[in-house]
Amino acid sequence: MANIKDLAQRAQAQPRFGPGHSLCRGCGIPIVVRTVLSSIPGRVVVINATGCLEVATTRYPFTAWQVPWIHVAFENAAAVASGVEAAYHVLAARGNLAEPVTLVVFAGDGGTYDIGLQALSGALERGHRFIYVCYDNEAYMNTGIQRSSATPFGAATTTSPGGRQTIGKPEPRKNIVEIVAAHRIPYVAQAALSHWQDLSDKVQRAYHADGPAFLNVLSSCPPGWGHEPSDSVSVVRMAVDSGYWPLVEVIEGHWRLTYQPEERIPVVKWLRRQGRFQHLFRNGQEEAIEKIHASIDEEWHKMVKRDADDAFWFRTEEAQRWNQVPILPTAWEPRLGTPVWESFRESPHQG
Amino acid sequence: MAAELISGNEACARGAIAAGLTFFAGYPISPSSEIAEALARLLPANQGVFIQMEDEMSSLGAVLGASLGGAKAMTATSGPGFTLMQEHLGYAGLAEIPCVVVDVMRVGPSTGVPTAPSQGDVMQARWGSHGDRATVALVPASVPEIYQMTITAFNIAERLRTPVVLLYDEVLAHMRERVELQPPAESALWERPRASAEPGPRFQPYAANRELTAQLPNFGEGYHFHVTGLMHDERGYPTTDPETVRRLMARLDGKVEPVPGWVPPERYRLDDADWVFVAYGITARVAREAVDRLRESGVAAGLYRPRVLWPVAPGQLSEQLGRARTVVVAEMNQGQWADVVARYRPATVRVLSQGKLGGEPFTTEELLGLAQELTAKGATVL
Repeated sequence: MANIKDLAQRAQAQPRFGPGHSLCRGCGIPIVVRTVLSSIPGRVVVINATGCLEVATTRYPFTAWQVPWIHVAFENAAAVASGVEAAYHVLAARGNLAEPVTLVVFAGDGGTYDIGLQALSGALERGHRFIYVCYDNEAYMNTGIQRSSATPFGAATTTSPGGRQTIGKPEPRKNIVEIVAAHRIPYVAQAALSHWQDLSDKVQRAYHADGPAFLNVLSSCPPGWGHEPSDSVSVVRMAVDSGYWPLVEVIEGHWRLTYQPEERIPVVKWLRRQGRFQHLFRNGQEEAIEKIHASIDEEWHKMVKRDADDAFWFRTEEAQRWNQVPILPTAWEPRLGTPVWESFRESPHQG
Repeated sequence: MAAELISGNEACARGAIAAGLTFFAGYPISPSSEIAEALARLLPANQGVFIQMEDEMSSLGAVLGASLGGAKAMTATSGPGFTLMQEHLGYAGLAEIPCVVVDVMRVGPSTGVPTAPSQGDVMQARWGSHGDRATVALVPASVPEIYQMTITAFNIAERLRTPVVLLYDEVLAHMRERVELQPPAESALWERPRASAEPGPRFQPYAANRELTAQLPNFGEGYHFHVTGLMHDERGYPTTDPETVRRLMARLDGKVEPVPGWVPPERYRLDDADWVFVAYGITARVAREAVDRLRESGVAAGLYRPRVLWPVAPGQLSEQLGRARTVVVAEMNQGQWADVVARYRPATVRVLSQGKLGGEPFTTEELLGLAQELTAKGATVL
C-alpha cells in the first residue's frame, strides 16, 4: 500500500500539479488534487470544470498543470471527458495508442451537483471510463460564496444569509453519492482531505474500475466556511469524526464504511468552529441545531446499517479482488468491476 | 431622499424592487452576482421570492413560469449565462411572457476575461436566439440610470408582454456613484394587459389589444389556455398556416416599435455638431468628456447616446445624425452597433467604427487622438 512517502516520491519524480497557482491560504483543493494525481500511475489527462481550481491554477502567464489539461465550460466537464475517452477508444481500435491514459475530471460541487449534473449523469449512464473527482467545499466559492445544493442545512452563504430571523440555508444538502451510485457504476466513494491515506486508496481502486468511477471529496474553504486557514485539515477531520461526512465506498453496488471513529464527536463542536454556522448559536436557533444533530444521527445509522447489510459481499472472492488493489501499480493493469464497455468494444465499427 | 453611494448592480436590484419585482431566479456569475446577492436579502423582506437555481437555463425557465403565474419576474447574468438563456428568450418573445433579463457584459467569447468589461453582447441580445424575432434591449450609462432603467425595463416588459434585456458593462456594475433614489409613484408603474373577455370556450388569450399585445390571464385565474413555443393562432393553439405565422411575426415586430420613442436618446451638444460620437454605456461617459474637450479646441463635436439599442428606430437615428458630417461609433466590441448606424445613416454622413477589445474601457485621450488623426486626414470632409 502506498504510504505518504511513496506518494511524495511519486509526486517529485513525476510532478503533475505544481506551484504557481493562486488558491487561497489554507484551501483544501490543492491537497485533494495532489493526493489524487500522485495516486495514479501512467499517463494522466485532466478535465477541469469551471471553478476555483480552474481559475486559480491557470492565471496568465502561469499554469500549475504539468499534465495535459482542458477546461471548456462550467456545465460540461463530464461531457468533454466522454469525448476525450471516446477518442482514445478510436485510437486503441486503430492501433494508434501505445499506452493507455487515465482521465481525471476535477469539478467543484457547483460543477457536479448543480449545473454539471446532467452531463455527469449522461456520461455515467454511457459508461465512459474516467475518474470523476468532485472537490466539495459546499458552496460556489469562486463567485463569492453562494449556496449550492451541496451547502448543508443551516449554513450561511451570500444567497442564503444567516441572521436573527433566518437560519441560513433552509434546505438539506443533496446526497450526490447516492445519486451517482444509482447509476450502478463500478466504483463510487466519499472521502475527505483529512484522511489522505483513505483518499489515496480510493483513487487507486477507482483507477482499476472498468467504467466510470466517482469520488466526492470534502475539501475546505477558509473564507467560505469562516475558519482559520491553518485549521482546514482539522475542521474537515471534525466533519468526518462527527459522522457528518462518513467515509464510504460503493463497490459494484455494495456499500461500506471505510472509517469508523471510535466515538463520534458532537457535531456542535464542528459547527462552532465555522463562521458560516455562528448565527445558529444565537437565542432561538436551538431548534435548527437540534435538527442538524438529528439528521446527522439518522444518516449515520442508515450508513452503519448499509455497511452491516453488505458486509457479507465484501468477504466474497469477487470483493477480494478490490482489496488487493491498493498497491500502487507501476503499469496498466487489468481493470475490475462490471465491464460496461463490452458493448462498445463489440461495436460494428471494429468489425 | 437621502444621498447614497451604491454600485450599479445594487442600483439594479433596488430598481427592480421599486418596480414591483416579486420573483428572482438566478445563478451566480461574475460580474453580475451582486444583483442576486442583494435580492436574496431584499426580496424576502418585500414579500417576494428569491430562488437560486442550478444553472442559467433553469433560471430563466423559472422566471417564465413565475411570470405566467402573475409575478413580476427577472434574472441577471453575464455573457456565458446569457448564451445559455437564449432558447428561453426566444420562447418568451414568441409566447409573450413579460420578464426582465439583466446581462452584465464581460469579455467573451467563452469564459473570456470574466472580470473585465466589454460591450460584446449587443448582437447576442439581438440575434442570440434562433429565428427572426422582435427584441427590446436597453443600455444605461450611469448608476442612477441603471436604477431608473430597471424600472423602465419592467414597465416595457409588462405593458408589451415581452422579454426586456438590460445591458450594461462590468465598469457600471461595480462602479459606485452618488444617487438619491426616488421610488416611482404607483401610477408610473405600467401593468400587463388583463384579459378582457370572460373565461369560456371562445376565449382567445392571444387576441391582441390596441398595442398589438396579447392579453393572457395569469395562471390560476379561471381561464383555460395554452402557452406554447410553437407558432400559434389567437386561441394559442399550434398552427403551421403560413399566413397566420406571418401575421403573428408582424404583430410581435410591430408591438415593440414604440419603445425607442418611450426611451429617447440623449443628445449632448448635438444641434450644431458636425463631428458626432455615437456611444452607449460606459463608453458614452468617456465620449462626453471627449466632446467637451473637442469643443474647447474649436471642433463642433457632439454625442448621440442611444438608451435603446433594440429595436432600432431608423427614422429617429437618421434624423438625429442628419446634420453631422462624421460619425464615430465607439464601442467595446468589434463594431456591433456601428453596422446599425451605417445602415440607417443619412447619405451625407460618413460613419466610422471604432471598436476596442481587450477588457479595458476607452480613455478620453484615445477618442481625442482618433479625432485628431481623422481631422488631419481630412475625414470630416467627404
